[in-house]
Amino acid sequence: MGGEQIGKFSECNWKRPGKSEFGGNKLGETIAEKVFSRKVGKPVRPGEYVVAPIDCAMLHEAFALSWMQLMSAGVSEIWDPQKVVVLFDHYIPAPTERLAAAQMMIRNIIQSAGVAHYYGEREGICHQVMMEKGHARPGALIVGTDSHTCTYGALGAAGTGIGTTEMAYVLARGELWFMVPPTIRFILEGHLPERVASKDVILHIAGKYGTEVAQYKSIEFVGDGAEALSVESRMTISNMAVEIGAKFGFFNADKKTLAYLKGRGDASSTPLAADADAQYEATYEVDQSGLEPQVACPHSVGNVKSIGEVKGTSIHQALLGSCTNGRFEDLQAAAEILKRGTVPPFVRLYVYPASREVYVKAMEAGLLKIFSEAGAVICNPTCGPCFGAHTGLLAPGEVCISSTNRNFKGRMGSANAEVYLGSPATVAASALKGAITDPREV
Amino acid sequence: MDYLKITGPAWTFGNNVDTDQITPGHYMDLPIEEMSKHVFEPIAPEFVSDFKAGGIIVGGSNFGCGSSRETAPDALKFLGVAAIVAESFARIFFRNAIAIGLPVLVCPGIASAVSMGDELEVDFEAARVTNLSTKKQFQATPLHHIMVESLKKGGIMKMLADT
Ligand code: SF4
Repeated sequence: MGGEQIGKFSECNWKRPGKSEFGGNKLGETIAEKVFSRKVGKPVRPGEYVVAPIDCAMLHEAFALSWMQLMSAGVSEIWDPQKVVVLFDHYIPAPTERLAAAQMMIRNIIQSAGVAHYYGEREGICHQVMMEKGHARPGALIVGTDSHTCTYGALGAAGTGIGTTEMAYVLARGELWFMVPPTIRFILEGHLPERVASKDVILHIAGKYGTEVAQYKSIEFVGDGAEALSVESRMTISNMAVEIGAKFGFFNADKKTLAYLKGRGDASSTPLAADADAQYEATYEVDQSGLEPQVACPHSVGNVKSIGEVKGTSIHQALLGSCTNGRFEDLQAAAEILKRGTVPPFVRLYVYPASREVYVKAMEAGLLKIFSEAGAVICNPTCGPCFGAHTGLLAPGEVCISSTNRNFKGRMGSANAEVYLGSPATVAASALKGAITDPREV
Repeated sequence: MDYLKITGPAWTFGNNVDTDQITPGHYMDLPIEEMSKHVFEPIAPEFVSDFKAGGIIVGGSNFGCGSSRETAPDALKFLGVAAIVAESFARIFFRNAIAIGLPVLVCPGIASAVSMGDELEVDFEAARVTNLSTKKQFQATPLHHIMVESLKKGGIMKMLADT
């Protein structure tokens, strides 16, 4: 498996004329190029290194590690406490005494460091909270101590994950170096059929083009099919951009984006899209209208099959939730199916809404009642089993269908367990039958 | 170090050297003195005994791919690897190396132009690699001055501590 790559990008044709907001001739820019050229105040091109000011830094429990590094460097002040978001989501409620102590330490530090945006454990999974609270906005450059920080691309924000040493530097200085990435483009065409979701689109892309197609690159998801997707559906695709190697996974910030952001946070937002003459390293077309439900089989996100090839595989557990598919529309799609029956006694269904906002909305809409009556166990918003931390883990030999984003060996408990990834509808239909099931057949 | 220029013998590697080959997973819980005895064990078991501090690693494309473990650049630095020059690097390895002060440079065309043991000069400020044995010069991708600064100081945290 590759990881994102620095230094290998093909040269594009850079001789397009145009007027620059910086004066002189300007080349058409992709979204990533626009973000970086605005940040550094001059036109940039792929492959170039820049140092850019950070609009927002997000830290979950990893705050403890970055803070210790900062202390040992003798820095005791955060560059701009207004631009820092800290919360707990990976280990909530604290599953061990050691983690409880770590969280206590962080709480104590936060109080003295004066971080403006501290959400504690109550709001939900970091990426969902960043979007709900209006921290992720079109054109913003955001770093987080988590690989799925690319989720914010659904709102046109340049979010990407960094390590804790680099985060310590950001907390001190408020800036970081980046390589301006080349951009590839997926043109999504047509409307999704009934019971086929954006999760199926991104799984299809991972299966067809491989998990390295976007290595180090920025992706733009465009076309009438992308426009037709709800903002929540876009978030699922941007979330999984990193699973195909990407640094950023953008959708254009359009009317829907601005409507979503209205009333969230104080900053204003404007639309954002690439220039018509922007240069792409590659363009791929994806027909959404002919798509079937897709499932990523153990133990790789790229090991994708159509539902017909895997249906009937027995499962022990079904998991609905996470920052990939724990939003209201995901729960709604699952409830639509779960109200038709009950989960058999030897199968477990766990539900992890992505945030408190989602939880309350699901409660008001009666979805939690449907889940509970169907036999599901409803948990608090947390990462929990998604990365194998606590609650809902798998025993050796067990099989799970999950709406999360990774099915690596051992990620959800035993290294001898198997995790299949699917859409919320596929997870719900499979939970009802105790075997992987085509959601169009229930 | 006022000007970052490094001279040393080349240790050549191929494409896609991953972090599991640099620091194999089953040695990862050992302290760095022990772990670094196993560097490159799966692909070059003689490396650790033959290598002398000050050598320069030359890689092909995608050097440092795979798991994002920070032990990989840490162990190479511990052994005294003076610099790594490659056709391209995996993003996280590259970032980690700069962050801990292990000099790295992207230099297209270098892999096929260097043989094991050639004497190299790597000039990080001019972004230039010279094969002193063959007298050939290569243009590398220039680092931003803040990255050069981090390398000179021995890492971004040292850079913070000094200011
Ligand atoms: S829900 Fe899973 S993928 Fe998302 S942030 Fe938590 S651990 Fe990571």
